[in-house]
Parts: sequence; C-alpha cells; structure tokens
Amino acid sequence: MPLVFAGVCSHAPGITGRSEQADPDVRNRFYAAFDQMRIDLEASRPDAVVIIAAEHFANFFMNNMPTFAIGMADTYEGPIEDPGWLGIDRQRVPGSADISSRFISEVMHGSDVSYAEEWKFDHGIMVPLHFLTPSYDIPIIPVNINCQGPPLTPLHRAWQFGESIRAACDAMPERIAVISTGGISHWPATPDSGKINVEWDLDFMDRWCRNDRDALLDYDDLTVYADAGQGGFEIRTFIAAAAAARGAKGTVHFCEPIPIFAVSCTVATYDLSR
Amino acid sequence: MSLYAVQKFLYELNRSEQMQARYTADQASELTPFELTDEEIAALISPDIGKLFHLGVNGQILMHFAAFHQIEWQDYLQRMRDGIAEHGPVREGVYAMTTGVTDTVVPKTTAKETTKENRSS
Repeated sequence: MPLVFAGVCSHAPGITGRSEQADPDVRNRFYAAFDQMRIDLEASRPDAVVIIAAEHFANFFMNNMPTFAIGMADTYEGPIEDPGWLGIDRQRVPGSADISSRFISEVMHGSDVSYAEEWKFDHGIMVPLHFLTPSYDIPIIPVNINCQGPPLTPLHRAWQFGESIRAACDAMPERIAVISTGGISHWPATPDSGKINVEWDLDFMDRWCRNDRDALLDYDDLTVYADAGQGGFEIRTFIAAAAAARGAKGTVHFCEPIPIFAVSCTVATYDLSR
Repeated sequence: MSLYAVQKFLYELNRSEQMQARYTADQASELTPFELTDEEIAALISPDIGKLFHLGVNGQILMHFAAFHQIEWQDYLQRMRDGIAEHGPVREGVYAMTTGVTDTVVPKTTAKETTKENRSS
C-alpha cells in the first residue's frame, strides 16, 4: 500500500509543559494547525503511524548508540519525563510487533537499522502524539535517528533512510503514515533556550517544501551548530520525511517562533496525491 | 574527568522511576557503581545544575534531572547561566552557551511562573 500521509511537526517539551506561558494568540493558532494535522492524518485512515524522532537519551546512550533504530513492540510507555513538568500524563501507547517486524525487514533492504523491543517515549514522541493521536488508538512505530550523540548520522544517510522507509511503506499491505518530529534552529535545554534563527528556519522549510534533495543536504554540522544550534541537528528527521515523500511538494501550515517553547513551532505536510 | 560516567548515571536515573526512588532514599549508594570524581559527586548530590552544565552534561539529560528535582524552567536556565559565570565556559560537549552570562533570551515578562495548578494536561 502506498504511503498515505507524510508530514513534520515540532516536539519541544514546552509546547505542552509551558503552554500557559506563551502568547495565547500565537499558541492557539499553532495548536489549531496541530489539530488540522490530526484531522488530515485521521482522514488518511492509517493502520499504523511511523514517528521518526530525535530522541533525547530515553533509550539510547553513548555505550551503544544506533545510527537508526526502529521499535518492535506491542506497547510502549511514556513520557519518561515528570508528567507534571511535561504536561502529559503517563500512557501505555499501542504499537504492533507484527507490523513493526515486517516493516523493519523491508527497511533493512535499504538501510542498516537496530530494532528495539523496549522503547520508552520521551517528549520527542509524546508531544506530537498528544496532539495527533490523543486517544492513543493507532499503533505507533517509533523510529530514531541519532541527532544527539556525535558522531551523528550523516545527512545523506538520513535521506537514504527516508527512501528505505518509503520503500517499506509501499511494500506493506497496511496503510502507513510517516510523521517526522524535531526542531529546526534551537538551542534547547541550555541558557540560550528561546534563541531562534527564524530566517534559517524559513529557508530550511522552503527547501523542505520544494523537496530539493541537494539543497536539503547542503549543510554540514559545523555550520548548523553555528547557525541553528545543537537542536538544529534534528533536521535529519525532516530530511528523512522529505525522502520518504519521494518528490512530493510540501506546505507549511504553521512556522512561527514561540520563544518559551524554544523553537519555530512548525506543522507541515506533503501532498502525496500527485 | 569522567563526563561519560556523569551522563551515564543521569541517563539511567532519568529513565527509571525505581532508580529515582532508590536515589531519593540513598544517594550515595546509587552513585557508587559509577566512576565519578569527588567534584562530580558533589555536583550531583547538591544538585549543582550550573556546575553540571559547566562540566558538559548534555542539556537534554540535565533538563530531566532538573525536573526530577522540581526545579522550575526559568530557575533551571538561570542556574546554568550562573554556573557559567562562576566556573567558566562549558568544558566539553556540544551543549555550550552562546549568549552572555547576563543576557536574557526570553524576557520574564512573557514567561510567568509555572505551577502545577495551571499546567495543561
């Protein structure tokens, strides 16, 4: 079954944990964009949702850091963060070991991946699910790209991984949706939190919407670090979504800085109908 | 220097409620298996968020440790900034500070204090 949905969204913990500290007008328009993404996702009738995230040391550490990892369990738990701090109660999130196992087998034809029968979700997955599958009733396939512990996954490998994910989705009998989550420029969890390079973000999202492979891969970690912070390393997840969309063009539904959330809060989707 | 060990301890603590309960009851025993310097042990037990940030602890790990200690967000950010002012720049790793020690990135006028009562769920 061809891929039924592809999009990207922000996942910063402040989005739920510090919601009342944001400008209400901007915040509510951002939440509305998230809600429209939920409606569109539901309309695509996915049997499973692949969440490509950049996890933050909830499962993987520098003793054994996978370049790519995919979950393969019937249930997951999260958030690992204090629920009051994140503003999301602890949940048991449904997965499908069966779907994941077949999906991973397909992905492995194009990319080397680690699989994990245990996976604790952090804000990188829980914040998007809070808005997109609030009833926790659609099986989730968690995916991770190493954006945290250098040496990081090279950008062109993230692109290839997205191509492998697309090939796997197309080979599956189920209807699969792909959602990548991450920040664009940001300096998260540092004293610089709230610093946002809006111009850089809009330029990146322009490349993303055009689905311009060469432009999306025309970054290196040193300049990303300088211009977009350590949080900018998470562009890998957006790049994978672009590759998975296989030439489709994208639309940015929302991309505005909300400093107390630490990022340009973003919701964008690809049009897979053409 | 054993930044790896400090981060490994925090990684294990952050993801385990059972370990958090044990650590709350007996900090020293939970730290014993990790090869930590006296400086690192003191910073963890305090907890000295500014010192840990200065040592190079990844913010994504440190943020969770601060939340575990019920340290409010703006306070967490200020403690890191104070740590840099007191101890100097981040020693290693990619979670450095790029603004000045007296800078305010997000004005507090737009960042009210957070309480459990007014958090969304």
